[in-house]
Amino acid sequence: MANDLEALRHETLQALKEAVTRSEWDAVRVGVLGRSGKLTMLLRQLGQCSPEERKARGQELNRLRDELTSLVEQRGKEIEELALQSRLEAERVDVTRPPVLAPQGLIHPISRTIEEMTILFAKMGFNVAEGPDIETQWHNFSALNTPDHHPARTEQDTFYLPPANDDSEAQVLRTQTSGVQIRTMLTQSPPIRIIAPGRTYRADHDATHSPMFHQCEGLVIDRDVTLGHLKYCLIEFLRAFFDKPDLPVRFRPSYFPFTEPSMEVDIGWSRQSGELGAGADWLEVLGSGMVNPRVLANCGLDPSEWQGFAFGMGIERLAMLKNGIADLRSFYESDLRWLRHYGFPVLSDIAAMGGR
Amino acid sequence: MKFSLSWLRDHLDYTASLEEICTILNNIGLEVESVDEPAKRLAGFRTAKILEASRHPDADRLQLCRVNAGPGFENIQVVCGAPNARADLHVIFAPPGTYIPGSDITIKAGKIRGQKSEGMLCSLRELGLGEESNGIAELSCTAPIGMDYVDYAKLDDPVVEIAITPNRGDALSVRGIARDLGAAGLGRLKTGLIETIEGKGNPDRQWKIDHHGCIFVTGRLIRGVRNGPSPEWLQRRLESVGLTPRSLLVDVTNYIMLALGQPLHAFDATKLSGNVLHVTHACPGEFLALDGKEYVLTGEDMVIADHQGAVSLAGIIGGQNSAVDENTTDVFLEAAYFDAVRVALTGRRLGVQTDARYRFERGVDPSMVRFALEEATALILSLGGGEAGPVVEAGKEPQTRRRATLRFERLKTLAGLDMDPAEAVRYLEHLGFEVADRDDEKATFLVPLWRHDVAAAQPLAQALSLSEELARKAAHHVNALEAECDLVEEVLRLKGLFHVAPVPLPPVGNAAAPSVLSERLPVVRRLCAGRGLMETVGFSFVSGQDAALFEEIETRERLVNPIAADLDQLRPTALVNLLRTLERNLARGLGQNGEAAFFEIGPAFGRNGNRTLLAAVRGGVTARYPGHAAQEPCWLDAKSDLMAVLEELGMPEASLSTTADAPSYYHPGRSGQLRQGPKLVLGSFGELHPRLAQIFNLTGRVAMFELDLERVPQPKVKRKSAPDLSSLQPVRRDFAFLAGADVAVQDVIRAVRMADRKLISDVRLFDVYEGDKLPEGYRSLGIEVTLQPKEESLTDQQLEALALAVEQSVQKATGASLRR
Repeated sequence: MANDLEALRHETLQALKEAVTRSEWDAVRVGVLGRSGKLTMLLRQLGQCSPEERKARGQELNRLRDELTSLVEQRGKEIEELALQSRLEAERVDVTRPPVLAPQGLIHPISRTIEEMTILFAKMGFNVAEGPDIETQWHNFSALNTPDHHPARTEQDTFYLPPANDDSEAQVLRTQTSGVQIRTMLTQSPPIRIIAPGRTYRADHDATHSPMFHQCEGLVIDRDVTLGHLKYCLIEFLRAFFDKPDLPVRFRPSYFPFTEPSMEVDIGWSRQSGELGAGADWLEVLGSGMVNPRVLANCGLDPSEWQGFAFGMGIERLAMLKNGIADLRSFYESDLRWLRHYGFPVLSDIAAMGGR
Repeated sequence: MKFSLSWLRDHLDYTASLEEICTILNNIGLEVESVDEPAKRLAGFRTAKILEASRHPDADRLQLCRVNAGPGFENIQVVCGAPNARADLHVIFAPPGTYIPGSDITIKAGKIRGQKSEGMLCSLRELGLGEESNGIAELSCTAPIGMDYVDYAKLDDPVVEIAITPNRGDALSVRGIARDLGAAGLGRLKTGLIETIEGKGNPDRQWKIDHHGCIFVTGRLIRGVRNGPSPEWLQRRLESVGLTPRSLLVDVTNYIMLALGQPLHAFDATKLSGNVLHVTHACPGEFLALDGKEYVLTGEDMVIADHQGAVSLAGIIGGQNSAVDENTTDVFLEAAYFDAVRVALTGRRLGVQTDARYRFERGVDPSMVRFALEEATALILSLGGGEAGPVVEAGKEPQTRRRATLRFERLKTLAGLDMDPAEAVRYLEHLGFEVADRDDEKATFLVPLWRHDVAAAQPLAQALSLSEELARKAAHHVNALEAECDLVEEVLRLKGLFHVAPVPLPPVGNAAAPSVLSERLPVVRRLCAGRGLMETVGFSFVSGQDAALFEEIETRERLVNPIAADLDQLRPTALVNLLRTLERNLARGLGQNGEAAFFEIGPAFGRNGNRTLLAAVRGGVTARYPGHAAQEPCWLDAKSDLMAVLEELGMPEASLSTTADAPSYYHPGRSGQLRQGPKLVLGSFGELHPRLAQIFNLTGRVAMFELDLERVPQPKVKRKSAPDLSSLQPVRRDFAFLAGADVAVQDVIRAVRMADRKLISDVRLFDVYEGDKLPEGYRSLGIEVTLQPKEESLTDQQLEALALAVEQSVQKATGASLRR
């Protein structure tokens, strides 16, 4: 190789070795292989050589160009890799630092219980219906076959509100969500299959009574619905809700003005351990019965054509039993610690509601 | 209602165990609330005799007693602190292992002050039988030794307490319960209850009825009675069911009432003036009753009056002026059949609860009136002596029995019960129903007089909105159908509900759609909780003072009978509860790190009626972490929360407008309302007014919002068109507008959008600048506009034209100019 080429080669190798940053490397590359780079210039000067010289020098130059090109490229990759390595090193952090989590809200157990009930009854064809918290006495009592002097009416401690206008009677805060049943029967033609979860009010306040609580009532109206259907419906619901396929369920005759026959529903439990489905004791959880013909007639349904059943249960009571909540009053106190303890995560498995 | 088994046995022949009785009671609808078994409660206690008593060597107040308590405990030592412990005294002894109910301890053998003590000598208080104790109980010197105390004291008589539903007035007596049990096949109701006692002499008093509430009244004078304490057996019976014995005359009336269900009243005849007892309307005024309270009567109320005035509030409570006392010798007994509604109305108005009222308002057995009087007479004569006068009566004993027909198929088609009609008829007959007519399909029964609940044809309360035809058709058969339900219910409870087989519900026919609200709530709830808000449930009522801070209070929403002074007003918004929640939790040091954030979905009351509202508050500060300082919440957090919910409910931001006119409890400069169209306000958002913040003891800023969930329209269900998946790149351009302080960002954005509604796909505010570089009172709004070409790429000319259109549109709408 010609001396000048040997020198250029040597010089370039040296320069590449010394180039550390990408710009240094680029300067080397341009200085040798660029448009006016040293090697490029030499190639350009080739035309001035004699033909014999040109061939030999041309070969040499080409060989040198190929070599230097590949060396420059190789060095380029090395520098890139070095840069990446040093960036990675520079960017190293302490990954044990705690993550930044947005605070999560939770679903109140009362809401969750209503949702569970809604889903379980929906499986049996029930839809949710609503009504106002302030009711007329007719909707809350009279239509439900509870006349003014009826002892059942005095046994409920009812909150009264001033009349809606001068010539009407005092209104009440609903003592049950039965008014929703009445409204449904007045506006919807049978067959009817609804549940009515909602707030209810009674003038009672102690460790086991709250002036406001929630009830879920149900109503089925059809031509051939019997007490056998009532039993199936409530047994199914209770066993699914408590996720105990063998939960003992007992129906016991009782009395409500709006149903006949009427019955209360007990589930088996152990008074000592509090465990549901175990032990020899019974715990009342529901009221139910076949809709009284008078209630149907009050709502314009001919009782010789239609019949059905109705039921009602305390939502807090069932929520307490299912989730082991001891104190009724704590539901409404909105203590963050309690809410965090008993609340349900937003994405908790909805399919698991009610177990099966 | 309580009764003891020995008492039940007076009326029912049976062999069943206590457990069987309780099971049957529950099965037939007489719910057992509690069972008290003294034999279990007092197991272990036995009779004993103190053989000798001597001073404890190391304690002045203690004695060492040698006791004989029968087999196994013939000669044991007991240390006793009672001053009355002495030799030869017959006592109650508790051997080691005995539970002492009065002290809630279990006795152990041990040493007291160094002396062996192998049990305990007891007072009645320690057995839970007496109130006070002056030392240990002293038994008769004839008491045997080593006998179970329960047997000795004849306490082995379990007491059952049952809950009687309001329709079952007939079961408010031992005899009524016996009748039900007998009908259910548990034993046989005893007959031969009644004696008729011939009265001597002429009646010296007459009844006169002048009140429709008195249907039938009877009474008689008994002279020469010794009133004093009742015999022990009578006292024990009354005590066993929780009544305090008073005197023979009072005890007998109570006893007969409990046994037969018929309330009676005993007047001291010498305190009655005149010879007519008048059942009549009260003279308005005060009446001093036996309970020592004065009641203000009205002319509606029914009293029994003598020549001088009211001596008894009929069917409820006697008067003090005519009460029997220890000196009473001549007693006038009264038994009557009063109207249930009259007694209920007066009783409820006066708030006086008595056993008599309780029974009358649930309906007593009119055929029992005479018998009860005779039974009471017989008992008084046998226990207190004296001579009975003739019975005097007025009014008419009701004798008409209602009819009820049972079509046997209804047992199956209503109750789902497969049973032999003959069995059903038999059950009803055992309950006192009498077959008037019967064929293969049905039977008609005469309803016993004591069953006021069966075939009681009350008036309907039909909805006023029903058409006349519909109302008539619905009412046509209702009485017969309800009576039939009554009969089915009777058969069902005696047969047992467990005989009804569960049947799956058939698939629904034409069920109505679920309510919009019920479908929305779970979604809204999850969205809010997912944004860090904790769900709460607060009372619908709050204090009037709190409520008044939020809205002018409507007295219509104030409870007439609140349970507490701070729960007297229906809340105008759940914010009242939420702010108190925030206050309480922050005061407890809870809710740090952005956790002081709550929401509630529930009713709000007020001008717009009872509507379902979503309300939320954020207080406290967010968590600190490296590079981020703690931040107070601000109005924009609230607006963002609110908008997120609305988006989820199908209301895109572009379809809403914001106005700065939130209710007065918000900070006036940092709050607004979201509206659809010019009128419909969907919700409000902003920061809490500082004045309210002070009242709620909240020092930092509070962001909050309210959303009327019932006003949010349901999005129309449209079939989705194909999406625009243009292959052309969207183009983004930034604009900076110089806007006066009164120019609303919303208007600028809207004007930009209007510049070319086809091409402009998105408009965003990315910067707001206020500062020295701008003229005073101006701010610069940085707006990013996204253009989405549809068919071909935009040319430079098109882009220029668009920029100009944007500039002009904004200029025209708001006066803001483009900064260059």
